[in-house]
Amino acid sequence: MTAGDLETAPAGPRRWAIGLPRPTTAAVLGLVLVAAHLLLAGLGGWLAPQLPGAIVSSQSFATPGQVPPLGTDYLGRDLLSRLLHGARYTLGLASVTTAVGFVLGLLVGFAAAEAGGWTDVAISRALDVLISFPPLLLALVVIATLGPSIVVLIGTVAFIHAKRVARIARSIAMGIAAQDFVEVARARGEGSWWIIRREIWPNTLGPLAAEFGLRMTFSILFLSALSFLGLGIQPPLADWGLMVRENLSGLYYGVLPVLLPAMAIASLTVGINLVVDWLGSATDRDIAGELFR
Amino acid sequence: MLGLLAQRFLFGVATLWVVSVLVFGATQLLPGDVASEMLGQEATEEAKQTIRRQLGLDRPAWLRYGEWLGDVARGRLGLSLASRRPIAELLADRLGNTLTLAVATALFAVPLSVGLGLVCAAYPNGRLDRLISHVSLVLISVPDFFIGAVLVVVFAVSLGLFPAVASLPEGATAGQLARALVLPVLTLTAAMSAHMSRMTRAAVLSVLRAPYVEMALLTGAPRRRLILVHALPNALGPIANVVALNLGYLVTGVVVVETVFAFPGLGRLMVDSVTARDVTTVQAVALIFAAAYVGLNLAADVAAILANPRLRFPA
Repeated sequence: MTAGDLETAPAGPRRWAIGLPRPTTAAVLGLVLVAAHLLLAGLGGWLAPQLPGAIVSSQSFATPGQVPPLGTDYLGRDLLSRLLHGARYTLGLASVTTAVGFVLGLLVGFAAAEAGGWTDVAISRALDVLISFPPLLLALVVIATLGPSIVVLIGTVAFIHAKRVARIARSIAMGIAAQDFVEVARARGEGSWWIIRREIWPNTLGPLAAEFGLRMTFSILFLSALSFLGLGIQPPLADWGLMVRENLSGLYYGVLPVLLPAMAIASLTVGINLVVDWLGSATDRDIAGELFR
Repeated sequence: MLGLLAQRFLFGVATLWVVSVLVFGATQLLPGDVASEMLGQEATEEAKQTIRRQLGLDRPAWLRYGEWLGDVARGRLGLSLASRRPIAELLADRLGNTLTLAVATALFAVPLSVGLGLVCAAYPNGRLDRLISHVSLVLISVPDFFIGAVLVVVFAVSLGLFPAVASLPEGATAGQLARALVLPVLTLTAAMSAHMSRMTRAAVLSVLRAPYVEMALLTGAPRRRLILVHALPNALGPIANVVALNLGYLVTGVVVVETVFAFPGLGRLMVDSVTARDVTTVQAVALIFAAAYVGLNLAADVAAILANPRLRFPA
């Protein structure tokens, strides 16, 4: 065995990129949907003809085709502008909560796998108990206590992600930690943090990419549901879930103010799930089976 | 097997205990102080001290937690922080309404999804199987309130068949109740059956791969007989497990669906109480929901254990 063998662990990301299967029609559709949504979230604010809070018509639930292109909502505000501005909140908040939850979960999961022994047992049991509590109930109890501020929302949803990601990260890392190149690194005298960062992390990227997509759809659906219940983003800000809530009572006067934001959410989550399904086919996971909330 | 069952049961109890600590901890984090809230801004310090002593708030938190747990266990839920009415009174009708909704959904969704799952397992990758698999991917991806809104637009706004709002008048008749329940039940079914039928399909398919089924196939048994006589009895345990797990979804599903249809159930009481920051009521409803959820998960585990002969008759 030469010194070179001791230094290099298999490079995770490169293998993953090559290992991707050819995109199916469904995957292409998913990629297009996701790209369109990202574009909307980035440019929506500039493209919008009106400010989201501006009342442009004395008529609420005006039909499309008049001056506001998609009609107006229950207060006579421009529906198109509100949709374009809402993209930012729906996508932005979901991305932030998913990212924070992922980092937290990875750290806890990898730490448990790397520490082993009693630390691992304690962390795993705590995760089991926390996971067997419905996420929506947890969020409602926290929001009842602390109020629906953005910080509380991000913290709560990130925590809900973290407990699940931690469990998955732990089981993936356990598999890797048992491999020879990790043993070698340990024998070489590397510390726990070095092993997590340089040996375990690069080799978990593939399986975790699909997991990130799954968590992202969960974030979008969960935050939209909270907004729909009136416990997420608070007016005058509005994401798509809140827009559905605001206009629901006017369903008999206008269908579009309810259906368009709801369809915006649905097309985004369907798009992400199609991409994730494709990514998951590389790692042979039953992604659709894991989509359950 | 008894050991395994006891282990699952203890785990359920431990989960409920953690929930109760979390829920009690919520009151401790509540900004402000109950005494000043009750007496108003101008109360003297002595008056506040007296109230705190009367309510027992001057004693350590773990002692009060023990008392609170004892009270809840005996059904004493205390007063709502917002309306000052006994919580038990607020819960009375709503618990029944939500149970009606949940049972109606279960009676409709379970046979439907298990049936669809069986058909898909009988003809895997057939036309129907692929159709159901695509539809479920979409149904799993869209928000529950979207399904509800579409059903309202079609059946209430366009066709006028069923009411869009399921708020029950005082003393509603059985007919009114049934009509009001149709759309909420359909919404919950759509959200739930996608996953339940897929899991049923997986459970039956894994039995169909067993050597004894292959043997039956080689004897020339028709596909129907293969599924219903040979595979189904051994798949019943896993299917019961799937059903119990998915019924757990109802616990959070009703919260959103009751809000869509303004249905006077526990879920809406929960949302209204969270909006009003009525922490004591939120605690009570959260405990009820958590108990139902943990109970259903326990039932799923028990079904899985009972269904496995190796666990049922340990060597």
